[in-house]
Amino acid sequence: MRAWLLMLPLLAVMLSVIGWPFLDTLRLSFTDARLVGTGGDFVGVENYRRLFASSAFRRAFVVTTEFAVVSVFVEMVLGVLVALLLYQNFRGRNVLRALLILPWALPTVVNALLWRLIYNPEYGALNAALVQTGLLGAYRSWLGDPNSALAALIVADAWKNFPLVALISLAALHAVPNDIKAAAIVDGAGALSRFRYVIMPYLAGPLMVALVLRTIEAFKVFDIIWVMTRGGPANSTRTLSILVYQEAFSFQRAGSGASLALIVTLAVTVLAVAYASLIRRAAGERF
Amino acid sequence: MPDKKPFLVALLLSTALAHPAVAETTLNALFMAQAAYSEADVRAMTDAFTAANPEVKVNLEFVPYEGLHDKTLLALGSGSGYDVVLFDVIWPAEYAQNNVLVDVTDRITPEMKEGVLPGAWTTVEYDGKRYGLPWILDTKYLFYNKDILAQAGIAAPPATWAELTQQAQAIKDKGLLEHPIVWSWAQAEAAICDYTTLVSAFGGAFIVDGKPAFQTDGGLDALTYMVDSYNSGLTNPNSKEYLEEDVRRVFQNGEAAFALNWTYMYNLANDPKESKVAGKVGVVPAPGVEGKSTVSAVNGSMGLGITTTSQHPDEAWSYIAFMTSQQTQNAYARLSLPIWAGSYNDPAVTEGQEELIAAAKTGLAAMYPRPTTPGYQEMSAALQQAIQEALLGQASPADALAAAAGGGL
Repeated sequence: MRAWLLMLPLLAVMLSVIGWPFLDTLRLSFTDARLVGTGGDFVGVENYRRLFASSAFRRAFVVTTEFAVVSVFVEMVLGVLVALLLYQNFRGRNVLRALLILPWALPTVVNALLWRLIYNPEYGALNAALVQTGLLGAYRSWLGDPNSALAALIVADAWKNFPLVALISLAALHAVPNDIKAAAIVDGAGALSRFRYVIMPYLAGPLMVALVLRTIEAFKVFDIIWVMTRGGPANSTRTLSILVYQEAFSFQRAGSGASLALIVTLAVTVLAVAYASLIRRAAGERF
Repeated sequence: MPDKKPFLVALLLSTALAHPAVAETTLNALFMAQAAYSEADVRAMTDAFTAANPEVKVNLEFVPYEGLHDKTLLALGSGSGYDVVLFDVIWPAEYAQNNVLVDVTDRITPEMKEGVLPGAWTTVEYDGKRYGLPWILDTKYLFYNKDILAQAGIAAPPATWAELTQQAQAIKDKGLLEHPIVWSWAQAEAAICDYTTLVSAFGGAFIVDGKPAFQTDGGLDALTYMVDSYNSGLTNPNSKEYLEEDVRRVFQNGEAAFALNWTYMYNLANDPKESKVAGKVGVVPAPGVEGKSTVSAVNGSMGLGITTTSQHPDEAWSYIAFMTSQQTQNAYARLSLPIWAGSYNDPAVTEGQEELIAAAKTGLAAMYPRPTTPGYQEMSAALQQAIQEALLGQASPADALAAAAGGGL
């Protein structure tokens, strides 16, 4: 009882800033409300029916999943590798550790603009680097080609977000007791086995947390894509969040925008719950 | 103990009187940071207004064109918004339906009615009512690099789109430029403006009898022209990710012989501080199609209106009247041409940009409208997708346009 009483202020705030808007969105999703003007009439599940029938929605779902899976995978691998490197003792390690924070500390919009310059088809650094080293015959358009646009976005996103994974991993690495590592070396374990059997158990939990955070964020991605391609070319990088924005704000269909937003929320919730149970199971195995 | 109350009352009174009732009004105005008047121009115009009207303060906000529509609506939805907003010619229908702008038909003075070009009024009209004053009178012109044309032995800029293709081919064949033409075909409204220009040249129509008609005849010819030009390599392939400022950059660097862009590019591309091709920039109305049109043009004008949520509609109106006045517009006629008929004979406006004024006289008269429908945003988005799919070879122009006509999401 006392616990609930102490939590009351928090609960009140949460209910007013999350609970109420959520319920109102739920209500909106069953109406044909417009953004400005009419409150809209009840239309039942019409919005949802139309969404599931639309190819734009299915395509956006695929694009979003692709973006989330690939970018998070790249971030995890890169993050762990960089953490292992920065865990080594060498001169200048602290400088590099400080530099590591930089991409993550950049506002997303700044990062997006920066990568747009790098990808520029005429004077972009990427084109210059690839052509001058002979890897590429001629300058090409990275964001204007549907075959490379999504990949280019994923690289930009991974560059910005891998430091988070690296930082979390680095902290976890420092928690590995030295005597266990020393014992493993004495027992003749090679670098790979040491990573697999000594370090990985300590990394797994924190990495799970990073995985959950990053997947949820990546699934909701909006800003970096909005700045870099606005969903183009030919909607090949239009994610669910961009579709929500377009429906609700550009086209003013608040009702169908709300139903779309709820579907995104549902998908993210399913992911979060699945991860949470995975984490619990992983934790249960270790202790 | 003496009573201090009278003293306090006197003190309060004196402070109240010392500050005469400064009923300062603050207007919030939303503009765009793209094409037409520069941000510096808008600030200077506004400073002139506040100098003449010290009781009014104007807060200016600039957003990219791509955010202007959504920001206006969102601010309105949240109830605390702008007093004055810039709006594009394609929005009055939707804004009127959603009660975004105040009907100002009765505020318009006889001098305005007579002085402003008839074509400019279409920018702010819907269903017989006027929702603001036109401010930016603009269309897309064909810009060309005189030097490159001369080197290719071309005597005069193209009068038809077919001729444009031939001239570009000649320039390419001579090895002067790999991709002589540049456009703004990014997945954005800019692509629709280029497309509309071509639709007007090919005698097409967007909507006939309330139904989409762009998927046939002139509308189809227009997209086919774009795709052919793209596939032949005469068009800069990066056009499909360009907006107007990218077009200007490419043209200014001398990397294009032809470019379709708004008025503002003329004086910027002729400015040696900005441009490598200063002094070599020619401008003509966008070409026509033999047997169908002599020139082509899209109505790309924009107006200033008062929002329905504004608490100060009178001050907002006087601000708009000042910004659109002939005096203000004549003083800033380098990046955007005035809405006033009389300005086009005023040496202060025409001097140094005679070529642009000549192109404007024909071009502005030929301005073709994008459809005035409350569902314009969706139609435009569907068309943008169709254009990009056709350019990328994902669908034929006919299939892409048919899909767009069938409806988006």
